[in-house]
Amino acid sequence: MSGIELLLEYLTKYFPILLFIFVALAFGVVTLLISYLVQPKYPEPEKLSAYECGSEPFSDARMPFPVRYYIFAMLFVIFDIEVIFLYPWAVVFNDINKVSIIGLVEMLVFIALFLVAYVYAWRKGALEWD
Amino acid sequence: MEQLFFFYFAAVIAVASVLVVALRNPIYSALSLLIMFFHVAGLYVSLRAEFLAAVQVIVYAGAILVLYLFVVMLLNLKQDDRYHRQWPVAGVVGLTLAVEAVMLTLLKGRAIPPAPANTNETVEGLGNTEALGDALYSTYLFPFEVASLILLVAMIGAIILAKKDIGGSEA
Repeated sequence: MSGIELLLEYLTKYFPILLFIFVALAFGVVTLLISYLVQPKYPEPEKLSAYECGSEPFSDARMPFPVRYYIFAMLFVIFDIEVIFLYPWAVVFNDINKVSIIGLVEMLVFIALFLVAYVYAWRKGALEWD
Repeated sequence: MEQLFFFYFAAVIAVASVLVVALRNPIYSALSLLIMFFHVAGLYVSLRAEFLAAVQVIVYAGAILVLYLFVVMLLNLKQDDRYHRQWPVAGVVGLTLAVEAVMLTLLKGRAIPPAPANTNETVEGLGNTEALGDALYSTYLFPFEVASLILLVAMIGAIILAKKDIGGSEA
């Protein structure tokens, strides 16, 4: 495949993604730029301090987080990987179900196994906040 | 043109990887890791592995990076120089990898076993994700179900390790 052809193919196939990237970048840049251009600038120490709902900031914002957040992050990674298996399944769902419902059954087995993990997490209280 | 894509992605990956270890602020390191993940996804796209690119964005840029950021925040690392003393270890590992890379380049065609049959042709007109789905849910059905079991084990392990840290409510 020649270079130009390839470029055209990428552009047609990935145009929505390019558009997404561009809009996301432009949104951030333009918002910051506009607020920078139109803001009145009368800096004062009080104004420049971090805004904490009106009360005076009493410590650095970078304080240690409770370990609890980490459990949720770990559980999220595992659920995320499970969801990954659902995407190709959804894409070929019609093909594998032409002859029988085997495709549905195999995914149900997969999810049933995973449900055990979910129930375990629930019963162990890993989904509770404290 | 394909090489242009490759060189762009490879250059950004290299620069971002260096920044990950060179930047002093761990949050900035994590963010340049994010840039690297996205460009690795771009590299996958230019290799026509669209599904792998999506997985790279969803799992690595989405979930794994959150884990890294949480570790940084849990440990309350600021501009900490404690972890910059590991350069002897890093030197040994880096040197080994560099030698390997050079050897692979020099011995090209001799030491490397031939690549499997070009998948581009077999996948042509079908789409990467569909080809993967076809294989995964028919031929590789059993490994697929085993993957669920492995995820179950991972989940139980994660909960057991993490609950011990909390000194748990009921664990």
